[in-house]
Formats: sequence, structure tokens, C-alpha cells
Amino acid sequence: MPTAEYAGNVVELNEEGFLVDSSEWTPEVATGLAEEAGLGPLTDKHWTVLTFCREDAAQQGQPPGLRRISKLSGVNMKELYQLFPKGPGKLAAKIAGLPKPQGCI
Amino acid sequence: MKRLLILGAGTAGTMVANKMRTRLPESWTITVVDPEEKHLYQPDLIFLPFGRVRADRMERPRRTTLGRGIEWIQEAVDRIDPDKRQIVLGESTLDYDLLVIATGSHIRPEETPGILGDHWYQSVFDFYTLKGALELRSALSAFEGGRVVVNVVEMPIKCPVAPLEFSFLADEYFTKREIRNDVELIYATPLDGAFTKPVASKVLGSMLGDKGIQVEAEFNAGEVDGEKNILRSYDDREIAYDLLVTVPTHMGAQVIEDSGLGDHLGFVPTHPNTLVSKTDDHIFVLGDATDLPTSKAGSVAHFEAHVLAENLVRATEGRSLLEDFDGHANCFVESGFGKAMLIDFNYDVEPLPGMYPLPVVGPMSLLKETRLNHLGKLGFRWAYWNALLPGRPIPVPNQMSMTGKRETAASAA
Repeated sequence: MPTAEYAGNVVELNEEGFLVDSSEWTPEVATGLAEEAGLGPLTDKHWTVLTFCREDAAQQGQPPGLRRISKLSGVNMKELYQLFPKGPGKLAAKIAGLPKPQGCI
Repeated sequence: MKRLLILGAGTAGTMVANKMRTRLPESWTITVVDPEEKHLYQPDLIFLPFGRVRADRMERPRRTTLGRGIEWIQEAVDRIDPDKRQIVLGESTLDYDLLVIATGSHIRPEETPGILGDHWYQSVFDFYTLKGALELRSALSAFEGGRVVVNVVEMPIKCPVAPLEFSFLADEYFTKREIRNDVELIYATPLDGAFTKPVASKVLGSMLGDKGIQVEAEFNAGEVDGEKNILRSYDDREIAYDLLVTVPTHMGAQVIEDSGLGDHLGFVPTHPNTLVSKTDDHIFVLGDATDLPTSKAGSVAHFEAHVLAENLVRATEGRSLLEDFDGHANCFVESGFGKAMLIDFNYDVEPLPGMYPLPVVGPMSLLKETRLNHLGKLGFRWAYWNALLPGRPIPVPNQMSMTGKRETAASAA
């Protein structure tokens, strides 16, 4: 498994770039991952979403899906797409150091 | 008398009602509540739009699907009150000792702005309802060329392979009508590929490619502009269509939401291995109504029902519950031109190639298109009415098995 270092924080990533161990996550890691994803500097709105995702995942035992984020974080769907382009559910989970959402099958 | 109350007599509720007839002591009555007169064989909904099955053969009177001794109340449930252990039906109430929620999942086209409107059943269709599939049949038979877009609005959906099967069958249908060259087929999905699990996604994705079906991945439908015939995503990608086949947002039954028992989509938080509700020991949940991370499909309900029947007995005796359900699902995937694939998976193991149910001899092939799998799918109709619904054992293992499967490089990673 590849590792990466963000501002002195060494983390293990899987082949899709998600943290293997969610507890290795720090805000600096998030900033680094966001930069790699081409997001630019993280705004307060980004942090609202990321904080919600981490708290919700801690409670639910799995990363929240897109609809759950838009319903419960206070950031609507349109904004989520502006903040985390293409796949906001997946990208927010990645930057929040959570596993890829299952999307259920 | 004590009462086992089952809400919903679809595939899940009917199976468990019939199984429990011989499992509970005589001091228990089994009551089923479902407002619908008839039981619909849903797997045939993908064939109906192409005129390959007759609608009147897809339904049977519900009474004939419920074994003798089962009480059926043909009414809609307004509310579940777990504290009083009762349900509310209009003006009356009904007490229960154990409750099974099997109220299913239902399409909610109104959740996406613009799906419903003047163009609904003119240029925009679903095929998850009998009405939708019949309307789509008329539209397809009058279709002479243009762009057909199949769109999955969001996950989870009932039978996650159905939109793929629909696309494969559409390719065959237009080919046989000799207008395939005049039809552009597009598959727009919120997933990052054809399917959620990597190995199957690769196989199914290349099948779409081979059949000339374009995939628009990571497409999260935000609205439909029915006047301009445009499907628009939340990030403003646009797909024009002549015919839009939508698989709308799915949600649990209204009664779940009204009773405060559901998650944000109205699915009931359920223990993944015992199937007991996460909030109430007297409530069990079965089939599409659960929030479990496995397919919403009849096969899953079947494997669940096996564990649930045992746990209902244990609950009546105050014994600890069996933690045996492993998320097992298996589905035939109809791939067109008389062939089908079979996939078999659970919570932890994705669909893999191999043979099923026995190693080497099969006779079914996993993750590979064969004629026999197609015949298996057709033969399943008989098994559904005559073995599955009556709750009789069928010769496949209840828990998923790795026997006969090949781990591939991608799946081992």
C-alpha cells in the first residue's frame, strides 16, 4: 500500500487514494488531499461538510451518502457539487479520511 | 392468542408468512396486512416493455399466495406505534406481539424536479411499475429512431442490475426491429462505472461498450426539462433525449416515515446479521424495507427469510438470536439475445467468476454470459410461484460460498 505525507503526517492510502485507517486523518491531511484533488484552499463551507461527514460516520459506522449529506449538513446539493465537483459524496469522504461510500448495491 | 403481524405481502412478507405457518405454536396467529388485491411478479417488469411477456400473466390473486390459516387484512397501514405494540388502520387499531416490517421500497419520481409533468408517460417513463412498463411498451413500439437515455437517479434502487438489463434488452429489441443504427443508447449512472463492485463493474462495463451503449458515469440527475427533452445533472451536465427511461429515487413506504422509524430515505435501521430492528426488540425487518448494504432484491429477501424465520421462533421463546445473515445476494443478469449472467455475492465478497452452485459442474456460470443462465432466469418464474413464495426449500446454499469461485487479481487487491 502506498503512503503519503502531508505536513509531517504520514498516512497509508489505498489504490483509489482513500485513507486505509481513518484515525490517521488530521486537518492537515485534508488540506493536502484537497490540494491533490485540485480543490484549492478549503473554505468554511468545505469544513462544514467535512466535519459533518466525520461526525456522522463515527455515529453510523459508515460514510454518509450524498443525499444524507445534503439533507443533514445544511449544505444543499447544488453547493455540494460546487464545493466537491463531479462526485461530492466520494470526494468529501476521501478528503474527510473516510472509506469510499458503498452506494449500496 | 398471540399475534405475529406482517406488514406487506410482497416477495419478502409472503415468504416469511408461509414459512411461519409450520414454525409457530398454535397459540399464535399470523396476520398479514397489504392493501393490494394482487401479487405482482416483478422480475418480468424488464421484459414487459419489449412485449416479451403478457401483463395478465404477471399477477396472481394475493389470497392464492398466502397459505391456509394466514389472516389477510386488505387495508393500508397508517402508523406503527412501537410503544403500544400496535398499528393504526384508519379508525381501528391492531395489537401485535411480534412485528415484521416488509413494506418494500418504492419509486418516488416526484423527488426529482421535472420528471412528473405533461411529458410523464409521453417521453419520460419508469419501468418499475406495471403501469410504467405498459406505457413504455407502447412508446417503444412507436419509436422509430433517436436517442434513448436510461438514467439511474440515485442509489440504492430495487434490483440494481435491472437498468443494465433493460439497456441490454433495448439493444436486442432495436436490433431485431432493424433500427439499431438509428438509435443511440446512453446509460447515465451516479456510480463511477456500470456497477458498484469492481470485478462485475468491469465485465458489465465492457458488455455495454461491446453493445454500443455509451456510459455517462458519475452523473447525478438534478432535474428533467421535459419541454426541451434534457436531463440535467447537479453539476450542469446535460444529456438530450428523445425517450427518457428513468429509474427514480427509491424510498421506503410512507408509513415508515410517518411512524418515525426510517432513515433519511425511509428505510428501517436493521441489525445486519439478525434482522431485528435497531430500536425495538419486537420489530424485525425484511427485504427492501431494511437499510442494509446489500441488494434490494428477491434473492436477498429469500436468504434473509431463512434466518428471520428461525429468529422469530427464538424471539417467541426468549432465546438469543441467530446472527447468520451474511448479506447474500444472487441475481440473474439478462444480457440480451437469449443469454444471461449470474452473480453471487455478500456483504464482504464481491461477485466473482466461477461455477454455481457446484464447483466445476455448475451448471450455472458466474459472471459470464450463457444460454443456460437465461433459461435459468426464465425457469425462475415457476420456482417463484411454486417454491419460493410458499416458503419451500430451494437447492441453493443459504449463506454465500466461495466454492467454485475464482479470485481474480482485481478482487484479491
